[in-house]
Amino acid sequence: MSVRSTLPPSSVGVQGPHPGPPPQAGEGNRLDAALTARRSRTARRRRLMIYALRLAFAVVWLGSWELTTRLNWVDPFFVGQPSGVVVRLWTWVTDGTALGPLWLQAAVTMEEAVLGFVVGSALGIVLGILLGRVELIAEVLSPFIKGANAIPRVVLGSLFAIMFGLSVWGKASTAVVLVFFVVFFNAFQGVREVDRNLIANARILGADNRRLTAEIIIPSAMSWILASLHISFGLAIVGAVVGELFGATAGLGQLIYNAGHTFDVNGVFAGMFVLAVLALIAEGLITALENRLIKWRPSRVSGEIPI
Amino acid sequence: MAGAAIELRAVTKRFATPNGGIYTALHDLTMEVAPGEFCAVVGPTGCGKSTTLALISGLERPSAGEVAVMGKPVNGIPDGIGYVFQTDAVFPWKSVLENVAAGPRYRGTPGGEARAQAREWISRVGLAGFEDRYPHQLSGGMRKRVGLAQSLINGPRILLMDEPFSALDVQTRTLMENELLALWSSTSASVVFVTHDLEEAIALADRVVLLTAGPGTVKGTFEVDLPRPRNVAEIRFQPRFAQIYEAIWNQLRDEVLVSYERQKHAAAV
Repeated sequence: MSVRSTLPPSSVGVQGPHPGPPPQAGEGNRLDAALTARRSRTARRRRLMIYALRLAFAVVWLGSWELTTRLNWVDPFFVGQPSGVVVRLWTWVTDGTALGPLWLQAAVTMEEAVLGFVVGSALGIVLGILLGRVELIAEVLSPFIKGANAIPRVVLGSLFAIMFGLSVWGKASTAVVLVFFVVFFNAFQGVREVDRNLIANARILGADNRRLTAEIIIPSAMSWILASLHISFGLAIVGAVVGELFGATAGLGQLIYNAGHTFDVNGVFAGMFVLAVLALIAEGLITALENRLIKWRPSRVSGEIPI
Repeated sequence: MAGAAIELRAVTKRFATPNGGIYTALHDLTMEVAPGEFCAVVGPTGCGKSTTLALISGLERPSAGEVAVMGKPVNGIPDGIGYVFQTDAVFPWKSVLENVAAGPRYRGTPGGEARAQAREWISRVGLAGFEDRYPHQLSGGMRKRVGLAQSLINGPRILLMDEPFSALDVQTRTLMENELLALWSSTSASVVFVTHDLEEAIALADRVVLLTAGPGTVKGTFEVDLPRPRNVAEIRFQPRFAQIYEAIWNQLRDEVLVSYERQKHAAAV
């Protein structure tokens, strides 16, 4: 009775992700192959063009910066100079920074940021799901959470510096409060947005509350949560760097302040560059995690820009 | 009727509307469904067809009146209920196999055994070979099959279906209707099948219950004495089919007009 059921599993397996007509021998296959080849050629050409344009953009941007400072149209003392930044980076790598080896500064800041990121997002996810599920707690706590979210939380850094002194937790705590709210609101919203039909279906099928949370609510909210993790690692770095402002002996933030206090603009840019590289690496890791956790989602449309 | 599978007695259901008003979806509705009976519920848009199913399934409680399933008053979700939803309600993050195995697992069957049962049901609905696919990789008709297997694997004594095939194209729909009849005939389940499509209702059901335009109440019930097994694609050519259709349509037409006038009025305001 069913067309699909007549297909043996082996021929089903070779189809693409979308169910199409069963593969045909000969002519059709060759046509398909030619079409696929042409499509991948077009995609490759497009990718190359994007890389070329990105390179061109970087050349124009850095080139004009370098040129205008070389010609002294703008004073490199105030805006720095790309070649100066490269030189500063090179001396940091070869001779170390004023605070010690560069890798150590990077490691210190990353430790603070990762710690803050992990603790902040764990708290955000757990409390977001809890408040999303239990209406009473959500209603009681909502003015407090909204109030806490409204204050500029980076100032808490000074408080944490007093509470935790120079330890890693002084900075990590600043990162925690920045990360927490973003993840919390997304997890909360994600739980609230779960399709009512899916919940009804699971209940009819016999799911108890625990199963409902574990198998329906959390997977459904996962898209929201993972989206917030992208933003929040950047915030964790902000938290760590700001935390270092309130008291630290090492770290990229500290390195940048030192450079700033000694009017070393190139040093400031060099520190920012290292932070940006680390943030990009972390972003890549989070994207990999995301693809792993929600492999059930339709794959990205090729036209979509992965920002 | 003694020993009815489903009884709704003088049921009224009101909902609070967002702007503080009260909307009456069902008013004084009384109907029964016998064990093993295939009962179709038809009526114009917004007559409370879906609400009826929500009440039987225990997802909603009546504002007045009584609902009983298998002789027991409904309080929470009754045992032995299956529900096929209008929109996709399969879990997008679970593979076909895990979707179908969900019911038995939730009811305490160990994972391995649940999956073995699921494989059997997947091949019964014609999806063998698709066990590891995710719902987004399937067509609409195939997702409906998953939903059907997901409900039937629990061996429901009552199967509630809320316009399950309305989103499918006509050919797939006829195919699915025939398959539903084949699957149903091998069980002893009562079916309540909600639809706005009178042809579908007559082709499938033993009895058609016609609801009035909202607030819904029973306007009439019609026995469908067409022989089984039926072929949905061909049964509509039988003269008896046309007679039944005409009899029900004469009553349904007025309700459709009422519903249409109301919508026009609501749009004009």
